[in-house]
Amino acid sequence: MAAANAQDTVRTSSGRVAVSELVKRFGSVAAVDGVSLAVEPGEFVALLGPSGSGKTTILMMIAGFEYPTSGRVEISGADMTFAAPNKRNLGMVFQRYTLFPHMTVEDNIAFPLKMRGVSRGERMKRAQAALEAVRLAGYGGRQPGQLSGGQQQRVALARAIVYEPRVLLMDEPLSALDKNLREEMQLEIKHLQRELGITVIFVTHDQTEALTMADRVAVLDHGRLQQIGTPRDLYERPATPFVAGFIGETNFLPAKSMAAAGSGALVPIALELGSGNSAMTVGAVPANALLRVAIRPERLVLSKAGAQGLQGTIVETIYAGSATTCVVEIGNGARLRARIAAERADAAWSPGDQVAVSWRPEHARAFAGTP
Amino acid sequence: MKSTTRPSDFWLGGRRISEAASLALLVPFAVVLLIAFILPLATLLHESLFEPAFNTANYARAFAEPVYVRVMGRTLRVAVFVTVAALLLGYPLALAMSRAKGLALTLLAAAVVLPLWTSVLVRTYAWIVLLQRNGLINQALTSLGIVDAPAKLLYTEGAVVLAMAHVLLPFMVLPIYSALRGIPEDYAKAALMLGASRWSTFREVTWPLSLPGVASGCLMVFLLALGFFVTPALVGGPQQMMVATLISQQVREMLNWPFAGALVGILLAFVLALTLAFNRFIRIERFVGTRT
Repeated sequence: MAAANAQDTVRTSSGRVAVSELVKRFGSVAAVDGVSLAVEPGEFVALLGPSGSGKTTILMMIAGFEYPTSGRVEISGADMTFAAPNKRNLGMVFQRYTLFPHMTVEDNIAFPLKMRGVSRGERMKRAQAALEAVRLAGYGGRQPGQLSGGQQQRVALARAIVYEPRVLLMDEPLSALDKNLREEMQLEIKHLQRELGITVIFVTHDQTEALTMADRVAVLDHGRLQQIGTPRDLYERPATPFVAGFIGETNFLPAKSMAAAGSGALVPIALELGSGNSAMTVGAVPANALLRVAIRPERLVLSKAGAQGLQGTIVETIYAGSATTCVVEIGNGARLRARIAAERADAAWSPGDQVAVSWRPEHARAFAGTP
Repeated sequence: MKSTTRPSDFWLGGRRISEAASLALLVPFAVVLLIAFILPLATLLHESLFEPAFNTANYARAFAEPVYVRVMGRTLRVAVFVTVAALLLGYPLALAMSRAKGLALTLLAAAVVLPLWTSVLVRTYAWIVLLQRNGLINQALTSLGIVDAPAKLLYTEGAVVLAMAHVLLPFMVLPIYSALRGIPEDYAKAALMLGASRWSTFREVTWPLSLPGVASGCLMVFLLALGFFVTPALVGGPQQMMVATLISQQVREMLNWPFAGALVGILLAFVLALTLAFNRFIRIERFVGTRT
């Protein structure tokens, strides 16, 4: 412990992963287009996006299987942009099962230790401990082929943490598992990550998975970082219309600003379908600009026809236990979805009812630009 | 390939067919096999043991006379060397093929497969042209001053091994290539990620997973080499006689069918034993190599 002080400076950046201005082109297509983000030591960050958003390419550049066209990859404070994968000391769990089929579970887990020259006795001891950490003690002698999919991914996890890397990369590791098992594994991975204090970068296209597991979520689309923030940030304060539409459900309404407003201010708006209201701006908005206003279904309030707000007709009600979703036609074929929580069921609406739809200004977010 | 399906599992054109009907499909081939292969072979083996009455004199002779023991020993030795040479030449080639894509793969595959479509005789004569006293290699060696007089290259065991390894190379490359192709790329990626160097990745992952291909390639080349006739006869000459040439000589020149039958019997017993042993090995491989 004498060297503790000297190690402190190293420790502060140990486990930190930062990419800056990362660009990856395949031919003329930019799979990743100028992404910068930093993952702090011990943080769990999910890279979320539809397929083709560049999330996997970013992970591959952090892992060292792809080299960026330009930009920089930094791991634990060191420039690793062009280092080989085996020089980065990262753990990784792949989408497909990658346990070596000709080795026992135990030998699979001991493999990275063997590559690091750890003695045989020590290897077996640490492999046992890793197996216990993923709750598979006693499975060491089995062949990978004798395990279920979930068990194989747990062994893969044990193999990725047994050499105590500071950073663990996960490339959609649960996508091959069925729903119940997936949810169980999500919590298990989260617990293990907290216990080990390891940095995790987790690629997924499943927003529920990202929101459940991650401290922060980075949303990507077309190779660009749309927003990085806590799950609450993304849901309540989406930075772009894409994030508003991708995370959870959102109603979009075309509108026009009645005055100029700075970012994060309330601006009076005129909806194209009639009626006026106010909305919170995202970015500065000039007067008379076209806007897209995003409102979550649960933020809409329905009242009797004639009250303040957009007038419309209920065309469908969908009962789902804890809440009921009302689909309201507001003219011109445009429809809104309003979600009424069960305990708030002040009015039991049915199809054909005339209603007025309104919201509190701070719950509507106005994005500049047309749809 | 051995079928383990039950009689009720035979299907044809969407309809289930009985075991008897499915066996009927095998009849034409079975008839040809019986008339053209099994019957003559049985006759030959029968003659080796029952001419004029039951005796093992022909077999005893094959092991008693030094000249025949030498031929059998040489056959074994050459087959082993050919297998080793084909493996050393073929594995890197198969590895390169398994990693090649597009045009490079097409060219490599053509280089391996095209010789299979040329006659063995043509390829063997090509070696004679290269290796003979005034052949290309000797001309090159003498004009470079490496040797004073042309070296004896043709009619040596080395020439036989070299030519046979070349002729049999595709039988080594193709099974290894298909085994390597069957290994998902993710295994090598995972190994690299876990800290293995490229060499350790090969030693610990790629090589062991390709062993079934290596084993079947070696077996194929070894068995073909044991009974090879044309190449050793032409490139090796009478001094380098191998079993197949000896059998042919006994039949055509000595007209000693019973003794030829005994030699065939010995070769056949050896080949069968090897194949059975190999089958056992492959089954173990399958058990170990379970993949999802």
